[in-house]
Amino acid sequence: MIPEIGTAALLVALALAVWGALAAALGARRGRTALLVSAEHAALAVFALLTAALGLLAHAFLTFDFSVRYVAFNTNLGTPFYYRLTAVWGALEGSLVLWAWMLGLYTVIAIARHRASARELYPWVLVVMLGVVAFFLVIMTGPAPVFARLSPVPADGRGLNPLLEDSGMITHPVALYLGFTGFTVPFAFAIAALVTGRTGDFWITTTRRWTIVAWYFLSLGLLIGGWWSYHVLGWGGYWAWDPVENAAFMPWLTGTALLHSVMIQERRRMLRLWNLSLVVLTFALTLFGTFLTRSGVIASVHAFTQGAIGVFFLTFLAVVVLTSLVLLAWRWETLGAQGELDAVISRESAFLLNNVLLVAAAFTVFFGTVFPLLSEAVRGVKVSVGAPFFNQVNVPVFLSLIFLMGVGPLIAWRRASLENLRRNFLGPVLLGIAAAAVFRLLGVGSALAVLTLALTVFVAGTIGLDVVRATRARLRLGEGPLRALGRLVVRHNRRYGGFVVHLGILVIAVGITGSQAWSVQTETTVNRGEHAELAGYRLRFEGLSESQESNHVKVTGRFTVVEGGPVGAVLLPAKKFYPQEQSPIAYVDYLLGLKDDLYLVLGDFARDGSHATIRFQVNRMVSWIWIGGVVLTLGTVLALLPERRRAA
Amino acid sequence: MKTRWRWLLPLAAVPVLALLAYGFRLNPRDVPSPLIGRPAAAFTLTGFDGAPIALEALRGKVVVVNFWASWCYPACYEEAPVLEQGWRAYRDRDVVVLGVDIQDRDEAARKFIRDFALTFPNAPDPDGKVSVDFGVYGVPETFFLDRDGRIRAKHVGAVTAEVFRTHVDALLADGTR
Repeated sequence: MIPEIGTAALLVALALAVWGALAAALGARRGRTALLVSAEHAALAVFALLTAALGLLAHAFLTFDFSVRYVAFNTNLGTPFYYRLTAVWGALEGSLVLWAWMLGLYTVIAIARHRASARELYPWVLVVMLGVVAFFLVIMTGPAPVFARLSPVPADGRGLNPLLEDSGMITHPVALYLGFTGFTVPFAFAIAALVTGRTGDFWITTTRRWTIVAWYFLSLGLLIGGWWSYHVLGWGGYWAWDPVENAAFMPWLTGTALLHSVMIQERRRMLRLWNLSLVVLTFALTLFGTFLTRSGVIASVHAFTQGAIGVFFLTFLAVVVLTSLVLLAWRWETLGAQGELDAVISRESAFLLNNVLLVAAAFTVFFGTVFPLLSEAVRGVKVSVGAPFFNQVNVPVFLSLIFLMGVGPLIAWRRASLENLRRNFLGPVLLGIAAAAVFRLLGVGSALAVLTLALTVFVAGTIGLDVVRATRARLRLGEGPLRALGRLVVRHNRRYGGFVVHLGILVIAVGITGSQAWSVQTETTVNRGEHAELAGYRLRFEGLSESQESNHVKVTGRFTVVEGGPVGAVLLPAKKFYPQEQSPIAYVDYLLGLKDDLYLVLGDFARDGSHATIRFQVNRMVSWIWIGGVVLTLGTVLALLPERRRAA
Repeated sequence: MKTRWRWLLPLAAVPVLALLAYGFRLNPRDVPSPLIGRPAAAFTLTGFDGAPIALEALRGKVVVVNFWASWCYPACYEEAPVLEQGWRAYRDRDVVVLGVDIQDRDEAARKFIRDFALTFPNAPDPDGKVSVDFGVYGVPETFFLDRDGRIRAKHVGAVTAEVFRTHVDALLADGTR
C-alpha cells in the first residue's frame, strides 16, 4: 500500500507543479495576485508531497520492503542501518527523488526570500523553478518509477553496490545535488529577467548568495567525491577525468567564472549578455551532467543504468538551451554594456581573462568528454581521450588562473598605473621568485612543481600584503592588531571571504602539485613476519584474519609500521567478498599525514596467510586537498555573512 | 548589433544537441574487437565433465565460443537456453558451441549447467588466460569462429536466437563456397 501512496504523491505533485507554473505565468501576465498566491500554495504542496515521497522511500528501505523494485535492487537484509538510508539515493530512481526534493526546498526558500523583494521577477522565477520540478516529476513517474513493484517479492534483496557503503556516499551526492540544483535559482532569475526585460543589475545582486551557495556545494561535492575515490576505490588517486567527474566539474568552472564576472557587472555595468549566457550555460551544464550520468551515452565507471530516461533529459536540455538562447536573442538590444573597457592593464581585463580561461577550460573538458561520440560520428572510430589530454590542456590554464588570482583582487579598476602595479605587486613577485629559488635549492626537481609553488607563494603574498596593509590602516584608528584584523575581515566580509576561498584553492593546488610530483608506490609480495619497504617506511606483515560481517566476508591483512612513520601503528587493509558481486572489493587502509599518507591495498593472498601481495603507496601532501576544502568552507561562510559595512 | 543575425544564436546549440542525440544510437559498451578477422588463440581446457576441450581439434567446424559466469544475471541466464537450442539445432551441421566459464565458483557453475540442462561442452578458465586472449571485457561475450579458426564476429551481451542464427548461417554459407 505504501508504495502506491508514494506514487500517488508524486503524481499529485506533478499535477500541482504544472498548475503552479501555469498559474504563476498567467498571474504575472494578467497581474492577477490570486493566481500567484495559488502558484505559491502549489509550490508549498509540491515540496510537502516530495518530502512525503522521500520519507516513504526511506521507510521502505528501513523496513526492507522488497516488494518495491528499487529497494530490492539496492539493499538486502544485511545492509547496515545507515547505508539503508543512503541507499535511498544510491541509484538512479532514488537520486532523482532527492534531487527533486532539493529543488522543491529551494523553491520554497526562494518564495520566502524573494516574494516581497523581487516583485516583478519573482512570478517568473516560480514558473521556471516549478517547470524544472515538473520535469523531474515526469521522469519519476514515467521512465524511472521509484515506487514500482517487483513481483514475485524476493525473500532478500540484491544489496547496495558495495562501493557505495561508505560515509562519503552519505554526503557526496547530497552536496553535489545541492550544488547542481542550486544553480536552478540563478537560472530562474536570469530567465525572469529576460522575460520581463529587467535585464539590469537587480537579478545579479539578488542571486549573488544563491550562486555562492550553489558553487560552494558543488565544490564540496567534488572534493568529497575525490575523497571517496581516494579512500574507497583503492587506486590512490582522487581525480581521473572520468566523464562523470567532468560532468560535475564543467558547471563548477562556468559557475566560478560567473562568480567573478558578476562583480564586473555590479561595478562597471558591463558584461550583461555574458553573465546571462554564463548562467544559462552553467545550468545547461548541470543538466548535461545529469544527462551524461544517467543516459549511458558515454561509458563511465560510475554510469547509472541506461534507458529511455536519456531521451527525456536530452529533450529537456534542448528545450532549456533553445528557449534561453531565443530569449537572449530577443532581448539582445537591451543587453549592451553601459561601461566599457578603459585599459588593458586593469582589474576588468584581469577578470575578463579569468572568465575566458575558465570557460575555455570548461570547453576543453566538454570537448574531451564528448570526444568519443564526436569521433564515432565523424570517423566511425571509437576513440576516447584520457587524462593526458585533459592534463596537458588544463594545467597551463589553471596555472594562469592561479596567477590571475593574485593579480585580480589588487590591480586597480579601469586603468592600473605603474605606481599601482609597483605598490601592489613588486613585493609578491619578488617573494614568488625567491620561493622558486628556495624550492629549487631544496631539491624540487620538476619545473612544473616549482612554477606552481612559486605562483602559490606569489598569490599568498598578494593576499598577505593586502591584509597587512588594511589592518595597518585600522591600527591608525587606535584599534589593537587582532581586533583590527577581525573587524576588517567582518566588515569587508565579501572581499576577505573571497580571499580565504582563494587561500583554500591555493592549499588544494599545493596538495595536487605535491601528490602528482612526489607520490611513490610499489607492488610487492611479502611473507608473514617480513617487511615491505618504501621511501623510508617499513611495514611488517603480521598475518591474515577472516571475519563474517553482516553482508559480506572480510579477509583482513595486518601490517605494523616499524620504521619511518608512527612506529607501532597498525594498518588493516582488507578484501571484502560480497555474494552479489563478481569480484572482491578492496578495502583500503591508510594513515593520513600532513606530508605523507601511507596507503595500503591488499591484493592476492595465500589462504593460510603465509604471504600476501600488497600495493604500498606513499602519497604526498594529499591531505592538503582536504584541508583546502575546509579553508574554502570557512571562506564561503565568511563571504555569505550579512554585510555590515555601514557601521564604523 | 542590430542585425537579424542574433536569431541565429540558438542555432549554435543545434549541432551539439544533435551530437548527443546521435549518442543514443550507439552502445558505449560495444567496443569493436581488433581480433575480428584474426585467427583465434589456441587453447586447451578441461571441461566440467573432465574431458579435454581443444580449439585446434575443431578446425573445419564453425565454433561459437561463449564466455559466461553463473553470477552474470540476467544476461547469461537469458542466453543459456538460446545457446543450448542453437547447439541442438546445428550440431549435426558441423557447428560446435563452447562455453567458457570465467571468474566463477565451481559448484555455482555446475549448478548453472544443471539448471539449464546444458549439453554443449563447457569448461572453466581457471587462470583467466583464455578470456584474456580473447579480449573479454565482461560477460557475456560470444565469439563466432569460421572453419579456419578465425574470429569473424563478436557479440556483447545476451545472444538471442536471431543473433545466433544470423552469424552461424553466414559462416556456414561462407564455408561451402
